[in-house]
Amino acid sequence: MNRKKLQLFATPYIIWIAAFIIIPLIIVAIYALTDSSGAFTLENIKAIGIPKYARSLGISVLFSLITTAVCFFIAYPIALILKSMKIKNQNFILFIFILPMWMNFLLRTYAWKTILIPNGLLDNILAFFGITGFNFSDSAAAILFGMVYDFLPFMIMPIYNTVIKIDDNLINASRDLGAGYFTTLRKIVFPLSVPGILSGVIMVFVPSLTTFAVSKILGGSKYLLIGDVIENQFMTAYDWHLGAGISFVLMIFIIIYIVIQNFIDKDEGANLI
Amino acid sequence: MKKLFVGRKIYLLLVLIFLYAPIVLLIAQAFNKSTSLSVWGGFTLEWFAALTEAEDILEALKNTLAIALLATVFATILGTIASIALVNMRKKARSVIMGFSNIPLLNAEIVTGISFLLLFSMLGIALSFGTVLIAHIAFCVPYVVLSVMPKLKQLDNMTYEAALDLGAGPVTAFFKVIIPDILPGIISGALLSFTLSLDDFVITYFAKGRGFNTLSTLIYAETKRGIRPEIYALSTILFVVIFVALLAMNRPKKAVNNK
Repeated sequence: MNRKKLQLFATPYIIWIAAFIIIPLIIVAIYALTDSSGAFTLENIKAIGIPKYARSLGISVLFSLITTAVCFFIAYPIALILKSMKIKNQNFILFIFILPMWMNFLLRTYAWKTILIPNGLLDNILAFFGITGFNFSDSAAAILFGMVYDFLPFMIMPIYNTVIKIDDNLINASRDLGAGYFTTLRKIVFPLSVPGILSGVIMVFVPSLTTFAVSKILGGSKYLLIGDVIENQFMTAYDWHLGAGISFVLMIFIIIYIVIQNFIDKDEGANLI
Repeated sequence: MKKLFVGRKIYLLLVLIFLYAPIVLLIAQAFNKSTSLSVWGGFTLEWFAALTEAEDILEALKNTLAIALLATVFATILGTIASIALVNMRKKARSVIMGFSNIPLLNAEIVTGISFLLLFSMLGIALSFGTVLIAHIAFCVPYVVLSVMPKLKQLDNMTYEAALDLGAGPVTAFFKVIIPDILPGIISGALLSFTLSLDDFVITYFAKGRGFNTLSTLIYAETKRGIRPEIYALSTILFVVIFVALLAMNRPKKAVNNK
């Protein structure tokens, strides 16, 4: 078969993309830009400026930045340690860090709630050592804790995958030439692991920016994240236009973010998996 | 230096405890007589027995598995065919299509979820099994494309042409030469699809409508009013099954590596 004929096989997929990726997003835009009578309006977009929604967006951005940073600082040493351990079977490493994800994430988050509540597991363990007065439940700390927990594997895997590929000879050469451990880390290992870090950051930042279940389970509805606001509009308040408007703003955020990231990382998204 | 080495092991251990603590707790709960997660009331198997009568949980399990299997099959076929076509396109056309194809991967799940909700309600299609299936196929296909494409790029066109020269028809040559070569990519795309579909909550939540549940959405509803112990029992069974399956899949590779 020649190339021209083979290209025709893309047709079903192009139709699929149009029907189930592009058109649905256009419909989101239409809902975002109209009111319930169907007339054009910018009110749903402007709604993000209303203090309670602006606060939600602010909290979401802050929480996802903190989550991404914490995940990075936990994951990077892990990747380095795993590399230094020179474990032959890399599949095994993957296995250890991916296995927890096979337990439903809502259940795992719920388990943390029962660990963190007053008189819960953590409270009892701390009390055993004579420490009392901690209360992690229904707090910002609990939400952050849950988010870091849920998204950590998404940071570990891509960083590990790039760090493991760094040639040991480069590191040895740097050490032989007199660079200390941290200089080698800063000048050799870190720059070479940037692609992995970038995929890790994108895989943690976007989901944590838009999460809604975690905050509901761990935050006791004290902190309304932007994902919770959207969910409420669709599932309880039934103002789909407002919900679409806020989603639209969120989408713009993500598009800008991805465009910036694409400037740094030119690779058809191959690092994502 | 030795101190540093011990420090590393401790750090690794702490992170693993962090990752596995809730799982240990959940599995322990499946055997706990007490329904409270912080009290151990003695060992029991009654929740496993009760599971066989918890019809809504079994129904949700059936839905979850059916959707994951069907979504995997459709996404793998659609994605593989698309990859073959895309690899034969000029780079520009390919980049444009890939750009759109990767949207579900990069976009917020909640936005993808509501976009399906709005699409189906605009078309007047009742939300249920079919709409969830379509949504799952849609977010799985890009992963199949990303798994299969690299294998196709590495493909040597010579072997395909040799097959043609030796008298094979294009279709025979395709199934006997190209498919075996890209099979690892197809398999990893399929496994990824199955995993993602099985675990998905956000998109399912918006595309499912009332009265239809997968395990994830059922669990979400229960996190509000307290989770029944039968759910812990089922999750334990699933976790053990997957643990064994993954171990079995890793075994042969381990043996080869050790040689």
